[in-house]
Amino acid sequence: MSRARDETLVPDGTLDEQIDAWRAYARRARAVDAPDVDELEDHLRDQVADLVRSGLSEREAFLVAVGRLGALDDVSREFAREHSERLWKQLVLWDEPGTGPAGESVRRRSLVRALALAGGAALALKLPTLFGISFGGGSDGTVDESDVMFYLINVSALVLPFLGAYLALDRAMPWRRVLGMLVAPAAVLVAAANLYPYEPTGATAILTAIHLPVALWTLVGVAYVGGDWRSASRRMDFVRFTGEWVVYYALVALGGGVLTGVVVAGFTALGVDVTGFVSSWLVPCGAAGAVVVAAWLVEAKQAVVENVAPVLARVFTPLVTAVVLALLVATLVRWDGADVDRGLLILVDVLLALVLGLLLYVVSAREPAARPGAFDRLQLGLVVAALATDVVMLAAMLTRTAEYGLSPNKVAALGLDAVLLGNLVRAAMLQRDFLRGRVRAAALERWQTTYLPVFGAWAAVVVVTFGPAFGFV
Amino acid sequence: MRRGGADVRIEKDLVAAAAAPLVLGILAEGESYGYAILQRVTELSDGRMTWTDGMLYPLLHRLERLGLVEASWITAPTGRRRKVYAITADGRAELAERRDQWAVVSAALGRVWDVAGGTATPAQGWA
Repeated sequence: MSRARDETLVPDGTLDEQIDAWRAYARRARAVDAPDVDELEDHLRDQVADLVRSGLSEREAFLVAVGRLGALDDVSREFAREHSERLWKQLVLWDEPGTGPAGESVRRRSLVRALALAGGAALALKLPTLFGISFGGGSDGTVDESDVMFYLINVSALVLPFLGAYLALDRAMPWRRVLGMLVAPAAVLVAAANLYPYEPTGATAILTAIHLPVALWTLVGVAYVGGDWRSASRRMDFVRFTGEWVVYYALVALGGGVLTGVVVAGFTALGVDVTGFVSSWLVPCGAAGAVVVAAWLVEAKQAVVENVAPVLARVFTPLVTAVVLALLVATLVRWDGADVDRGLLILVDVLLALVLGLLLYVVSAREPAARPGAFDRLQLGLVVAALATDVVMLAAMLTRTAEYGLSPNKVAALGLDAVLLGNLVRAAMLQRDFLRGRVRAAALERWQTTYLPVFGAWAAVVVVTFGPAFGFV
Repeated sequence: MRRGGADVRIEKDLVAAAAAPLVLGILAEGESYGYAILQRVTELSDGRMTWTDGMLYPLLHRLERLGLVEASWITAPTGRRRKVYAITADGRAELAERRDQWAVVSAALGRVWDVAGGTATPAQGWA
């Protein structure tokens, strides 16, 4: 039974080459660590030597010895029973790209690079303080409104370049591509955000603060795919990356929050006031560094969270469906009494974005060959309910607010609504066709990957054009 | 083993039960390493007690975790790194206890088979 498995282990070549191939194979078993493989190799070589002495060729002896060692699956299961803790250690180790000293050094270089860039992101966040711009108030306790706005707009511009650099270096992107695809568009966006003469707390400034991160995250996506942004499957990888990054970032943030609490409580108990240090250094720098570290974790150990994201999506799809239906009923009941303004519009957009996020999570984790099931019907129900809620809320608002004219907030919210709606309408149609067996699951995936640049483009449009269009109010 | 012909193979569960005391017993003779331990098992059982070679190592690691054996890495005469195991005081105590247990089991089996000796079918001495 183990023979079929072991065929892959016996390339032509010297005994050393065969043993190297066997080692590489054995190391893939997660519960078997390097010293274990050393021990097994010693055994294997003793056995081969004995068999050769009794007249077998090296190749035959190797085959017999590997066979006697047992099917690696069985042996590694036995190791796993004895060393279950090693399966957990896999959270911080990664087993790709392979084994041996080369893989080891690639891994270490990637870690060093991630840590260096995380440190860079943390320092970059504090860089503006050298020029007298501080967030959360200066040492005298006063808060400068324009300083706060500067940080709201620029926090992504200060941190995300380090994430982009990490990914671009990791993908070994050529310099010309880095300049043309990443640096140039990012420079245009950041320049527009900072050179426009915004009113410090005006609507267009806040819209810029919201949309600049989305536009820059799209550029992170370009770095993630190594500039190969036309490839649909690479785009889907970036959707997965984003979903996993969110999960990892939340985990790191949770741990960081607990640690911060311990630091504050501990030093307060000792009579040392560290709140200033914590609020102006520890938390912001930690949050900035975690952006890169979370990306490194996603890259290093993809398999762990790949199992979490679909589970989250499955847990929340029914819950979100219930919430959407409740909102739909409430909107219909309070048709005239609803406080229909900016708040409602934003709520609609948040709702649609949530639904779209769930959809993307599920699509990114779908088995391409999977057949439609009950969950897909539920998902179609969710999308349809969200669309109905959206239409009803928009109708309620338009009947009430026609007289107020257009504000930048309303245009931004309506534009986002149109962008999300366009995606979801088509997604619902495809989902229906999929349930009827007319299209394959791949069509759903293709639609979502095709649509991705639209989000980034819309965010860029808001950042670059809304200020001038509305007089920077 | 009185009736043990050359074709008698020991059942898997029995091998599993005997493995730990057997390995401890072999290590009580002196420190050893995986391949040599397996050879000694073959030698002691005339080749009738065999198990998948790879399975010995998780067993050794378990004994190590329980503190019954100690492991250390040495450089073998072949120039390779080799992990050798030695029995500890706890291991000797455990071995003594297992030995008593096996003596009781063996004596009981021996008695019941001697009593039934006249009627039992020799070909399937135990099932």
